[in-house]
Amino acid sequence: MTSRYTATAISLHWLIAIGIAGTFSLGVYMHELPLSPTKLQLYSWHKWAGVTLFALVLVRLLWRATHAAPALPVDTPRVQRLAASATHWVLYALMIAVPLSGWLMSSAKGFQTVWFGIVPLPDLVSKNAELGDALKEVHETLNLTMLGLVLLHAAAALKHHFIDRDDVLTRMLPAADRNA
Amino acid sequence: MTRTTRTLLALLATSTALAAPTHAAEFKTVDPAQSRIGFAYTQMGVGMDGSFGKFTAKLAFDPARPEQGKAALELQIASIDAGSSEANDEVKAKDWFNTAAFPTARFESGAIKPLGGNRYQLNGKLTIKGRTHDITTPVSFTPSGKSGSFDGVFAIKRSDYGIGEGQWADVGIVADEIRIKFHIVAGQ
Repeated sequence: MTSRYTATAISLHWLIAIGIAGTFSLGVYMHELPLSPTKLQLYSWHKWAGVTLFALVLVRLLWRATHAAPALPVDTPRVQRLAASATHWVLYALMIAVPLSGWLMSSAKGFQTVWFGIVPLPDLVSKNAELGDALKEVHETLNLTMLGLVLLHAAAALKHHFIDRDDVLTRMLPAADRNA
Repeated sequence: MTRTTRTLLALLATSTALAAPTHAAEFKTVDPAQSRIGFAYTQMGVGMDGSFGKFTAKLAFDPARPEQGKAALELQIASIDAGSSEANDEVKAKDWFNTAAFPTARFESGAIKPLGGNRYQLNGKLTIKGRTHDITTPVSFTPSGKSGSFDGVFAIKRSDYGIGEGQWADVGIVADEIRIKFHIVAGQ
């Protein structure tokens, strides 16, 4: 059994990681800006990125479902296995829920999401200011939860690499071929 | 009163009576509560809708003599609903409608040309933010008893009227074309 993730899984992982970092940062930055053409442009880009990430996550989940992840080191304690498994699945759930909440929020606030200004996504909810404000809170809370879990996820990977000195981090790194 | 005068008066009365049915069908009032003036535009490819809540109108329209019809409309820019409270505040500012200097927009009808059926071509002058341009719009009139509604849609370029200047002049963000859709409910 291979101890490495597939090249596709590695590509999707880092593509989505960079995408989430960028889209998250953009979201934090843009929402306090006064109304301006720049703000409208940034909002559009944020939504386009969110839809793109949503699509990539679907591909990734499909890949994950058909390609088993490499097993954890055999001496990994049961609690850590459970924690790792739970963190991964909650992260997957958030990668679906975060863009979904953004999409619904946008519809509720009266702005249809049009991917790259070309592909219109249906408005699953109609315009409703109160619902829009509630979904904004949901979007923020989900994002902060995701931020916390991503930090935990990264801290665990670094712990595996520098303290446990196992291959849990390197097997997800594109440059780790030297260990193969 | 001489016999001749009496005859003339009788004739006059008869002719007035004959002309009366056409006069009776003249629509002279507008019901703003049931009417709607909306607009639509795109913002980075995303379709947006808005409307104006308050306007006053003067009307004289007789379907039997449409060419002689007249309409004048004045709308309160501050009654705008541009989609969100943030946008509503923004569009009152100087770069957009500058409502402090130009609180109202006006339309005055010019020639009305029947296009057959209940359809007409209406020309007129539209004044927004102190700038006047000629516009042409199709209008359909749907009578229903003693009331009736005028419906139509036409497009203007916001740049013609200076709506969205300065940083907003870039039509790549908020499109230049604004479609104006009206539904005016009139009574006799």
